[in-house]
Amino acid sequence: MSAGGGRGRLIPYLVGLPGGLWLAIFFVAPILVMLSLSLQSGNAEQGFRFTWEWSNYADAWEFYHTQFIRSIVYALIVTALCLVLAYPMAYWIAFYGGARKSTYLFLILLPFFVSFVIRTASWKFILNDQGIVLGPLKEAGLLPQDFHVLATSTAVIGGLTYNYLPFMVLPLYVALERIDPSLVEAAHDLFASRSAAFRKVVFPLSLPGVFAGVLITFVPVASDFVNSGILGGTQTTMIGNVIQTVYLNNNDYPLASAMSFMLMAALLIGIFAYARALGTEQVMEVSQA
Amino acid sequence: MTTNRPLDPALLRGMTMPRISRRAALRGAGLLSASAFLAACGVEGSGNDEAPQASGFWDSQTKAGVLDFANWPLYMDQEKVGGKVVFPSLQDFTKETGIKVNYKEVINENDAFLGKITPSLKAGQPTGWDLMVITNGSSLDKLLRQNFLVELDQSKLPNFQKNADPAIKNPSYDPGNKYTIAWQSGLTALAYNPKLTKRPITSFNDLFDPAFKGKITMFGDDEDYPTLTMIGMGIDPVTSTEEDWKRAAEKMKELRPQLREYIDNAGEAEVLSSGNAWISMAYSGDIFILNNSGSPDIKFVIPKEGAALWTDNMMIPKGAKHPLDAITYMDYVYRPDVAAKLTAYISYITPVPAAKEQLQAQAAKAKGEDKETLDGVISSPLVFPTPADLSKAHRYRTLTVEEEQVWDRIFQPIVQS
Repeated sequence: MSAGGGRGRLIPYLVGLPGGLWLAIFFVAPILVMLSLSLQSGNAEQGFRFTWEWSNYADAWEFYHTQFIRSIVYALIVTALCLVLAYPMAYWIAFYGGARKSTYLFLILLPFFVSFVIRTASWKFILNDQGIVLGPLKEAGLLPQDFHVLATSTAVIGGLTYNYLPFMVLPLYVALERIDPSLVEAAHDLFASRSAAFRKVVFPLSLPGVFAGVLITFVPVASDFVNSGILGGTQTTMIGNVIQTVYLNNNDYPLASAMSFMLMAALLIGIFAYARALGTEQVMEVSQA
Repeated sequence: MTTNRPLDPALLRGMTMPRISRRAALRGAGLLSASAFLAACGVEGSGNDEAPQASGFWDSQTKAGVLDFANWPLYMDQEKVGGKVVFPSLQDFTKETGIKVNYKEVINENDAFLGKITPSLKAGQPTGWDLMVITNGSSLDKLLRQNFLVELDQSKLPNFQKNADPAIKNPSYDPGNKYTIAWQSGLTALAYNPKLTKRPITSFNDLFDPAFKGKITMFGDDEDYPTLTMIGMGIDPVTSTEEDWKRAAEKMKELRPQLREYIDNAGEAEVLSSGNAWISMAYSGDIFILNNSGSPDIKFVIPKEGAALWTDNMMIPKGAKHPLDAITYMDYVYRPDVAAKLTAYISYITPVPAAKEQLQAQAAKAKGEDKETLDGVISSPLVFPTPADLSKAHRYRTLTVEEEQVWDRIFQPIVQS
């Protein structure tokens, strides 16, 4: 609705241009290449040819459906755990953090200053079968000798939850922090109990944060390959590990591309369903309010 | 690690040596080659359809007095002189031949290293190396299939002909040693902690003992583990067929509930010394090093069904600027005295059996700790396997590019369950 002439109308587009180009070159183009690759056949030495090789998709599902399903299940569990753990934390910082809010936020971000891999590997050190936690417990007879945490789903889900928790805390904090405390006071003035005030005022207003937090946790968790690689066992491989190996070790680009597309499709469908269920309009309206 | 001493160089090598983490979680390897395909939608192959090597190639070569040698870390005898690391056997080589060696420990992983030089090979450009050491297996098969190596002039390898162990000569992956000769070898088999298993492990089938459920680890790559499984089933990997591979895959599925986890290649030292695993697939050299660095109890065992023998090979990449200097060195290390020097430091399996007598002679003269170290090397079946052990050693399957895809699609889903 700009009142100016042609130049003024162009400005919004020009502003969007660098980012748009960036996405076009580094996202859209590779996606198209990958789509084409997923329907090719051949090998890395003699080259790949486009042959409408739909069997790549069938093979991907036949060989690796367990890992697909497992990744989605893990991602759901991890997202739920993160939400439950992060909400009270974000709530407390937003409403009771006082002058030290930024310090608390910094503390939450602090682990990011240490390499992702190192942090995950230190879990391995801590949870070692005969390590500093399980060793003494076993010696004291509190745990059976063959008890172990590493190489189980628990270890992988624990590692994922730990690594992605900050991604949930931050959007929740941003949403909660913007809620005017006087709204809560007003709710009390209108005889709402504490829990009613939370359910009817605070939580609905924080929904955009929940929506964003769930998205930016669920999507990367579903395709994570570090945690399962370091903490996992023989029954915990996630689809990210499979894609990585098939791509880089086996150089089976068509199969890997087909798997990437299937994962992307599953995630997109899931996200749309989720947005529908939560009511995007409601979320968007609140965020504009 | 298990000790508080500064990291033993041998241990460090054990951890950084050939088989390290082919599929380690965060790996840059292959990214280079992966980015290559992004260049165009249709993906070109990296193969080279060049004509065979000209018959006069070796006649036209002259000594350059320089050798650019790419090898793995700590895979060469070394000493510290005045704070600088020197390689005594390379210095001797320079003294004797006048060839200066530009020795670089630049190979940490076969595929990652080859990823760096493949574009040059493909373009017919020099790679910057005259000599390199690559493990047998899919990486070497790729080099051979794509005709990226210089054919060796057998008449320039008299020491090799005379002194090389018959067991490593004429390997299945390079018949007649046309392009490669061995640098060092090792065995892939099982290792276990007798204190925990409470009984000796002698057969691949022992892995199915319910008492060991959840206490076994295997390598998570799709090369070593399938190979050892086939050997355990009495199938010779070298002549195995697609049907055999499928049977092996079924066997691996059966074994899966017994396993605790799939480990990185070379990860066996950690799981065995920590007690997380009672039995593990293992490389002989790694266990030798582990025995000498705090875990003397761990036993390496060649199951009665056999073991897999791998070899790191010396080869000259196409486009090498100083091939005559390279082949001179390749033959030089097959002199027993040189091989002995290398073995005393490296402690993998030498391709020169006569190195043993050389070491025995040295041990007879040596005293104290030096003598102990030498005796340890000489008497270890991990460094000098008995002929009986070697007779049970099988080679790896050499795959064509089409077979490799079939192989990968059969075994990858097993190790990534």
